[in-house]
Amino acid sequence: MPALTTFRAETRAWLEENCPPAMRTFMPENEQVAGGKRAEYIRPEQKQWLDRMAAKGWTAPTWPRQYGGGGLSNEEALILEEEMQDLGCRIPLRGMGLSMLGPVLLEYGTEEQRQTHIPPIVRGDIRWCQGYSEPEAGSDLASLRTRAVLQGEHFLVNGHKIWTSNAHLSDWIFCLVRTDPTAKKHEGISFLLIDMDDPGVRPRPIRLISGASVFCETFIENVRVPAGNLVGPLNKGWTIAKRLLEHERKGIGGIAARNAAKFEIPLEAVAKQFAGETNGRIADPILRDRVAAYSMDAHAFQLTRRRAAEEAEAGAPPGPLSAMFKLQGTELNKRRYEMLLEAEGFQGLGWEGEGFTPDELRFTREWLRSKANSIEGGTSEVQLNIIAKRVLGLPD
Amino acid sequence: MALILSSEAQMVRDTALDFFRERSPITALRKLRDDNDPVGFSRDLWRQMAELGWTGFLVAEDDGGSAFGMTGLAQVMEAAGRTLAATPLLSTALLGASLLSLGGTDDQKAEYLPPLLAGEHIFALALEEGSRHAPNQIALKAERDGAGYRLNGQKTFVLDGHIADILIVAARTAGGITLFLVPGESTMRTRLTMVDSRNAALVRLDNVAVGPEAILGHVDRGADLLDTVLDRARAGLSAEMLGSANEAFDRTVQYLKDRKQFGVAIGSFQALKHRAAQMFCEVEITRSAVLAAVAALDQNSNDAAALVALAKAKANETFYLCGNEGVQMHGGIGMTDEHEIGFFMKRSRVAQASFSDTRFCRDRYAVLMGY
Repeated sequence: MPALTTFRAETRAWLEENCPPAMRTFMPENEQVAGGKRAEYIRPEQKQWLDRMAAKGWTAPTWPRQYGGGGLSNEEALILEEEMQDLGCRIPLRGMGLSMLGPVLLEYGTEEQRQTHIPPIVRGDIRWCQGYSEPEAGSDLASLRTRAVLQGEHFLVNGHKIWTSNAHLSDWIFCLVRTDPTAKKHEGISFLLIDMDDPGVRPRPIRLISGASVFCETFIENVRVPAGNLVGPLNKGWTIAKRLLEHERKGIGGIAARNAAKFEIPLEAVAKQFAGETNGRIADPILRDRVAAYSMDAHAFQLTRRRAAEEAEAGAPPGPLSAMFKLQGTELNKRRYEMLLEAEGFQGLGWEGEGFTPDELRFTREWLRSKANSIEGGTSEVQLNIIAKRVLGLPD
Repeated sequence: MALILSSEAQMVRDTALDFFRERSPITALRKLRDDNDPVGFSRDLWRQMAELGWTGFLVAEDDGGSAFGMTGLAQVMEAAGRTLAATPLLSTALLGASLLSLGGTDDQKAEYLPPLLAGEHIFALALEEGSRHAPNQIALKAERDGAGYRLNGQKTFVLDGHIADILIVAARTAGGITLFLVPGESTMRTRLTMVDSRNAALVRLDNVAVGPEAILGHVDRGADLLDTVLDRARAGLSAEMLGSANEAFDRTVQYLKDRKQFGVAIGSFQALKHRAAQMFCEVEITRSAVLAAVAALDQNSNDAAALVALAKAKANETFYLCGNEGVQMHGGIGMTDEHEIGFFMKRSRVAQASFSDTRFCRDRYAVLMGY
């Protein structure tokens, strides 16, 4: 395949030329770029890197060029990803616009909605958040109660969303709203795009066990939303909601993969550092056995992701394998952090301040953050239900 | 590396699945057990398997085989695992054929391979001596005697050893390990009655004299040959175990749909659904590891040994899980000899210990990964 070989060489050359050296280093969580009107850049290279990648559409490599995307095939996108990983290039832009809303608009949005919303997502001009969960609608998402009443050219929206990640830093929110309270619970839901400039939309950050406040609760009071912001048919939002959740789960399940990327400190190195080394082996045989057991499970999981990709490439319909990725990926990521802290001993117990290295403190905070992986986007228990029902065909 | 099957491998797989389902269901294993069959497998069936070319997958075309490789043989072994078929696939088509192909002289190949390929002669690797798989701890002695050697010592858990025409004996020589081709008749053999109703033997060698033509591979350097061939055995056995685990899992999911208690199918209970879903994940993850291991062996990849350790570890854990959950979820009927699910759990215990338990796999993986 000479075309792909050429593409790889050109991509490599472009990345070497355009990716600033500062953007080829480990990216701490507080330096992730999510864009939006309120974006703050700790280093100027972050913005420079974002703009260069966005100009090529490579923040959204496979999206159509007409909406600002890269227009790459899956094979080309994989090459881009591999070359970026090899050079240690940071992901220039992340966020729910890219990972969730964009794919859904491409599939279900009107031409006008695509043209309005997709290019700003690709450029990182607009940051999106997700209005799904409510205080009384968690795993039972379809019992949500936020009301949207169609009044002529507008919906009047009232409700209370929770776990709206980074709502306080976002510009727009995509919401699941109830548009027919008399229908069965899955059938009266619609998918609505809401501009958070409206003073009736009030996000309030929630302090989490990790000390961070990435999640918010968001109050929506008498907000008028243009009827044109409805995505898909009225009362048919649940189909879109499920589709978007598939994209979300794919993203969360991939966390373990990203953690294995170029700059991540390997678990076995941490184990050697704290437990000591005998003839190149982790000195504590029990810890060594547990590290190997974890690493082997993570390895086998990576092989399964690759097998699914190869099956997809070969034209097989998305098989039952994808159903397990969110479950397995998040559980492995949690296990990894448990192992890291176990290996660190006392040094894994610090919260802040003196006596701990930045990596040690980071691992502790990330350990706490990882606990959300198996809750957000559908709990592990919900994933098991899905596998039991859709893959194994077990009765309700 | 390809983690999906070629169309040729897929054809072998389909043929093998039909073959074992039709000609060697679990009732065949039960009958061998209940009849105290002296051979412990069907020689007739083995000849049919040879006719299908399965004995030659690891033998070069020049030597009468097809060199189709480990990926192909793994498909056959996985299918055999589906019905717990007792066959000499591992002892003869995998270990015997590999040891002769990789270590044999032209004369040895000419003498031993034709009857092996035809399904006429059975081979067995006499390796283990202790309580668990330990290829580096060989005490059976081979001492020089003129141009040849005299062998003294005991081997245990020799698969198909009770009936093997030729034993390949791993012995300690002055400077290392040497492998010898020894006629089964010249040894004292005690058949072991195993919990899984499969075939193994204790083998004693008392002053067995062999000539220089019996040396397989190089004197004192048998450990390298063993290392290569044992990785094949681990990968092939992992494939067989994957088939068995998958079958135990499928049968258990079917039972969850059929069995009614409290007026509903027990598969509607979440406590069982979640465990069934976990089993599904483990089976699929194990399948990926097995496919990666056999592909790496066929391509001589640098990471083949690590992938084999990974595959065997996952196969051990997953077959254990599916065997035990199978019995538990079948409830009382799962405890009866009449029901077949118990055969899977028994087989899992034996297969886990064969050619590397999980502890061994983890240690090997860690060493290969540099920790």
